[in-house]
Amino acid sequence: MNKLEQVKKMQVRTDLPKFKPGDRINVHFRVIEGDKERIQQFEGDVISIRGSGIDKTFTVRKISDGVGVERIFPMHSPRIAKIEIVREGKVRRAKLYYLRKLQGKAAKIKSK
Amino acid sequence: MIGLLGKKTGMTRIFDESGNVIPVTIVEAGPCFVTQIKTKEKDGYNAIQLGFGDKKIKSTNKPLLGLFEKAGISPKRFLAEFKDFDLKDIKLGQMISVDIFSEGDKITVQGISKGKGFQGVVKRHGFGGGPVTHGQSDRLRAPGSIGASSFPSRVFKGQRMAGRMGGVKVSVRNLKIVKIDKDQNLIFIKGAIPGHINGYVKLIKK
Repeated sequence: MNKLEQVKKMQVRTDLPKFKPGDRINVHFRVIEGDKERIQQFEGDVISIRGSGIDKTFTVRKISDGVGVERIFPMHSPRIAKIEIVREGKVRRAKLYYLRKLQGKAAKIKSK
Repeated sequence: MIGLLGKKTGMTRIFDESGNVIPVTIVEAGPCFVTQIKTKEKDGYNAIQLGFGDKKIKSTNKPLLGLFEKAGISPKRFLAEFKDFDLKDIKLGQMISVDIFSEGDKITVQGISKGKGFQGVVKRHGFGGGPVTHGQSDRLRAPGSIGASSFPSRVFKGQRMAGRMGGVKVSVRNLKIVKIDKDQNLIFIKGAIPGHINGYVKLIKK
């Protein structure tokens, strides 16, 4: 194995649970404010997982006060303290970008 | 000036202590060997020549073989000179490794850029090209005028035109060393560096 692949593999995290697009997850993200550190939670549906290895990222979408909010997290970031799977969703696509156009009940993902 | 020779391994990302993503290029740097020491008295200037990357004896020509034999090392593929090397007691054949750099150093990286082939003026020199609308045809990426008419009746030398692009020596300055892996001789440089993967590069710290 070449040295680049070794460096990439070294940083990959294996402690996080596996989840799929359509799942509702709660991401516990470490936020550093000045010299204080606290945990911020971001709960929403996973609408995309892209990349592989250390470059993998996932997008979480939630509706906050009627406005859609999306956040992209690097999968192997040390800032992610914990990921909880709230419920598993039943979807037929890998990328759920169509949810952006839907509102209310239509934007709800059926659970498994 | 101190410096090393290395080989571009590729780009990836690493996370720093606070979890920020840093894009890095990984360079396999050293171990380099001193192949020649040039002095002011003998050669007119002070410099050392470093060699990096192994090469077969049968593919080395005789003059170079003599050089390596004198230094007492196996033939090296990539040789380069460094003027006024700031390291004390350098001996012929001495090994120089990544220890000379430290994390946080700002360095210059020199390499041969990727060859782009025959390119037009828009890509090669950043010309704007022609207008898109108002009845224009076949002018989208044209260079425009290349000079006046009866005087001077010629095109001036150095007029920027289409031609071969890339494949020339490029220097990028002020690149930061993010991390050094001494066991594997790897240097992690923030950002991109010139050249293709497995291309040889010169790392210089002024």
